[in-house]
Amino acid sequence: MSTLVIEGLRASVAGREILTGVDLEVGAGEVHAVMGPNGSGKSTLAHVIAGRHGYDVSEGSVRLDGTELLGLPAWRRAEAGLFLAMQYPTEVPGVSLLDMLTESVCTVEGAAVADRMLEEADRIGFDERFLSRPVNVDLSGGERKRNEALQLGVLKPAFAVVDELDSGLDVDALRFVGDRIEDATEHDGLGVLAITHSSRVFDHLRPDAVHVFAGGRIQESGTSKLAEELEAEGYERWTGALPKPESEATPFTDPFGDPFADLLD
Amino acid sequence: MNQFTVDAARSLPGPRWLAERRTAAAERFAAAEPPTTAAEEWRYSAIADFDLSSYRLANGVGAAGATAQSGAGTIGFGADALAAVVVDVVDGRVVAIDGNETLASGTFVGSLTEAAGGEELLGSVSDGASDYFTVLNDAFAPAPLVVDVPAGAIVEGVIVVRHHAGDAGAASFPRLVVRVGRGAQATVLDVQHSSGPALVVPVVELDVAQAGRLGYLNLQQHDRRAWQIAAHTARVERDASLVAASVALGGGYARTRADTRLVGRGASGDLLSVYFGAGDQILDFRTYQDHAAPDTTSNLLYKGAVGDSARSVYTGMIRVRPDARGTNAYQTNRNLKLSDDAWAESVPNLEIENNDVRCSHASAVGPVDPDQVFYLESRGVPTPVAERLIVAGFFDEVIDELPVRSVTDGVRQALSMKLNQMLSHAQ
Repeated sequence: MSTLVIEGLRASVAGREILTGVDLEVGAGEVHAVMGPNGSGKSTLAHVIAGRHGYDVSEGSVRLDGTELLGLPAWRRAEAGLFLAMQYPTEVPGVSLLDMLTESVCTVEGAAVADRMLEEADRIGFDERFLSRPVNVDLSGGERKRNEALQLGVLKPAFAVVDELDSGLDVDALRFVGDRIEDATEHDGLGVLAITHSSRVFDHLRPDAVHVFAGGRIQESGTSKLAEELEAEGYERWTGALPKPESEATPFTDPFGDPFADLLD
Repeated sequence: MNQFTVDAARSLPGPRWLAERRTAAAERFAAAEPPTTAAEEWRYSAIADFDLSSYRLANGVGAAGATAQSGAGTIGFGADALAAVVVDVVDGRVVAIDGNETLASGTFVGSLTEAAGGEELLGSVSDGASDYFTVLNDAFAPAPLVVDVPAGAIVEGVIVVRHHAGDAGAASFPRLVVRVGRGAQATVLDVQHSSGPALVVPVVELDVAQAGRLGYLNLQQHDRRAWQIAAHTARVERDASLVAASVALGGGYARTRADTRLVGRGASGDLLSVYFGAGDQILDFRTYQDHAAPDTTSNLLYKGAVGDSARSVYTGMIRVRPDARGTNAYQTNRNLKLSDDAWAESVPNLEIENNDVRCSHASAVGPVDPDQVFYLESRGVPTPVAERLIVAGFFDEVIDELPVRSVTDGVRQALSMKLNQMLSHAQ
């Protein structure tokens, strides 16, 4: 069974340290929520785990079942069993979902991958017409999230990092997508690291543990009770104790993060 | 020793009117100065390395026994059954015509000198856009070929012309004139191929009469040692439509100038190209969308990629003349730069002399989008495969619109083979 172990992870962007020592262990079948305010570095954590370019990892390790992921290209991490469900899945013009999944080293079905896609599409209410169309092109935010869940269903990873599952999703879509991931944790032993700024997603994806993320590291860990406290009190308790950024410094913005993050508050 | 003399032009075979035309062109050519990079239209070209005197005039001796078969094995054009006629041209001379009798009634495919009204036809489109190299073609084209589709005729299959430059070290001057009569319809596939060092200076004239429809696809697969300097000129009349496309893969230096004149109300032109340069190839395109009548539409989409140390140049001009109100003119050129040493230049231009128009131009040069590569990688697609899928997808938008459906699979394969070779070199 799969375990993701993060130890002492520090990473920076353009000389500025964003992850300041992350320690976390998530076991098979478990859902761990990482909750934090905008600019806390939680999206950076997702990208560093998945192997996106543009981050300097200075220290620490990320191991999936004993395999060190840091230093591997992103596709090798996927091969090792990792999946990243993106907050804003990228449009890839001219590349169909079928071609992409057929070329994935994670796909074991071979020619049957098309059948698996149909099955998963049906399960989460994803329009079959999108299967032969270019990946994410002209899809709404909700359709893109369903598409991520569909791919997770087909690729059957051991571990998924799910970045802001509920952004762009209406209530129905959140139910389908959340239930699909929850089901994979129960039946396939999928481990999940769910990065979120609100507890709305917990209606469908029930966390076994909740971690408060601020200042580039985990500040406190607890049960879903902790999420309720956060909902009621906000992050002030944790962010208040952090050193204030110098007045001239602009707050950190992840270059690959939500371009509209400022508008969400 | 320069073989491109007035005497050489005069002594080419053909009727008297053609000899006179060639002689006049050769005299103009002799008086003309070769272009230099000081001229705007040659600014990014390889013209500084051009030396006409290093080539012989292709003498046609090789053509007598040769066929264009050597050029047929590159991009296939699908089932031969789809071809209405196949014409093989070697060094500018027709060596074989297969399937003429299957054409719609009255359509003539063959030597221009044997066509009714051939004298008026030759140059009727290109003379309005003559330059140093079209004049050279006027002087030395040994056997102009014509596709003449009479009014109302609908040619069901594809008219295939396979040009092969077979005389190593020689210059050849293919000439193709396509006339589509009133309300007539035809599709022409023009293959350009060579297998060694050569200079090829093709001139293509496309004339689409009122309510006619023409699809024209140029497949350029020259040898890497060959130079091509081509001119494609088109005139589209009232309510007529032209889809003119090119796929440019070969050549050491390959330049294509494509002029489209929309001269009748309601005329339209869809202008498409995919090009892919590798090694040290230079692919050079100049396009001219000339709106000379009201309610005309042109839609240009050129997409290219350059890898290794290859270069590409795109320069486009949209011109809307004063009485061309209601014009819709679009020009898009996008380039993928697949290596640090590759270089692409894109220069769009507009010249608008009427207020009642809708025009836009867009151009871009950049690497494969790293966000797209990462997305595919994060699904377990290995990096080189991800890049290949994205580049193939980039070209698909144009390939899907090519006017000859039977070649699209072949074009995709040729592009992907070239990309694979390039990516395997890079690693």
